[in-house]
Amino acid sequence: MGSIFKYCLFDLMRSKWAITYTLFYFVSCSALLYFSNSPSNAVASLMNIVLFITPLVSLLLGIIYFYQNRDFAELLLSQPIKRNAYFLGNYLGLSTSLVLSLLVGFGIPCIVFGTYELIEELGVLILSGVMLTLVFSGMALLLTLYNENRIKGFGYAILAWLFFAVIYDGLFLVALFWFNDYPLEKFALAATILNPMDLSRVMILLQLDLSALLGFTGASFRHFFGSYTGFFVSLGSIMLWIFVPLWALLKKGNSKDF
Amino acid sequence: MAITIENIQKRFGKQEVLRGIHLNFKEGTIYSILGPNGSGKTTLMKSILGLVRPDNGVIKVFENDTNFDHEYRRKISYVPQIARFPENLKVHELIDLVQKVRQEKADPTYYIQLFDIESYLQHQLKNLSGGTRQKVNLVLAFMFKTDILILDEPTSGLDPINVLRLKSEMKKMKADGKCIILTTHILQLAEEISDELVFLLEGQIKYFGTPAKLNEQTQMDTLEKSIAALLEVGPEGIKKTPNLNINSKGTHG
Repeated sequence: MGSIFKYCLFDLMRSKWAITYTLFYFVSCSALLYFSNSPSNAVASLMNIVLFITPLVSLLLGIIYFYQNRDFAELLLSQPIKRNAYFLGNYLGLSTSLVLSLLVGFGIPCIVFGTYELIEELGVLILSGVMLTLVFSGMALLLTLYNENRIKGFGYAILAWLFFAVIYDGLFLVALFWFNDYPLEKFALAATILNPMDLSRVMILLQLDLSALLGFTGASFRHFFGSYTGFFVSLGSIMLWIFVPLWALLKKGNSKDF
Repeated sequence: MAITIENIQKRFGKQEVLRGIHLNFKEGTIYSILGPNGSGKTTLMKSILGLVRPDNGVIKVFENDTNFDHEYRRKISYVPQIARFPENLKVHELIDLVQKVRQEKADPTYYIQLFDIESYLQHQLKNLSGGTRQKVNLVLAFMFKTDILILDEPTSGLDPINVLRLKSEMKKMKADGKCIILTTHILQLAEEISDELVFLLEGQIKYFGTPAKLNEQTQMDTLEKSIAALLEVGPEGIKKTPNLNINSKGTHG
């Protein structure tokens, strides 16, 4: 697995896509931290970038990379290696390269332009980005295994991103609207935990002064996520989001015909 | 026996690609698997390599069941049909990578010189022509000196000089007691180099034997004409033709 991981990591780090992704984060983070009047506003803007761009790039870059290397996978899998080692190596290579892009693109501007008061907020922001990368790169690899057709693979990737970024929230709002006569705090909490992008958003928002604007919902979220139970439930949820696609990936990888 | 195949069946959706294949491949022999497009040649080879999981049947490589172990592939080298590699890698990095993945040291120098790719070692694979990539593909397979060599359309993109070199290397390997299995659409190559032919049609073996015997049975003077004759009569015709000594068990009749 080590050799596959190293090859994927270095191959991806040399790709134009990874360099562009790092530069994008570097430029946007530097600009927002340097030009913004309020540090909280800068973090809120960065939050939107992390929440929307990280999953999208993880999905698309993952899909492009795995489809590009599909024929090469045939050669590697004909060698005396376990399939699990191959797929795990690929997953770790892809996610590590994306995480490094995120850490470099965000980390350097944070050190240069960030202030001491922002350490916690920026830390949660980067941690969320890392978690989202781990979740969505697993999904990307899974989608390529299930779809021989590249166009379909891309289509499903964009649909998955749209679902988690937009459609899920829309359905959530509709449910809140329809059932507004009932106590919905627990439902709202459960619905938030079930979407990794929403979970990351809430975790970041609760670190910011802006969370005061959330009113009663914010108070109940702060109450839940501030408790040990809330912490472990959200951690468990994000771990499930990482490990369930990974498990499905290894299972599918073992039975897949190349 | 290098490879024993017993009743292999494979279906992709509704399409039955391999229908109960029985075959034995022995050491010191060159086999050509022939057949029209979609006859199951690549699926058969990929089943041996574990790239395709058969629905039924058993494949044994030197008596080891391929279902339970990946280590049997240490005895096999494979030349895929399409020589596509990661674009950012350089040729020497690719050669190193395959050695690391196999956890096996190999000396590729002889094959690098033979296929004339020394000047490309520092080049990125994306900058190589299809023919040069095919030569890299051959180096990757030959350098491990395995007991079994599987080649899927190995001459595609190769110039005549390198085709000659490839044929010569395959003959040397045969003399060393290795088992070589190739698929090709170039019937002259199959006729010239093969000791045994496997002719597949619609996922079934329609002929297994020497090229000369096939010519004799079809009463044709070249393999090209013999194969054409087989294809003209079609699967049903082949079954009915009395003078064809066709043995679907993959042993000489």
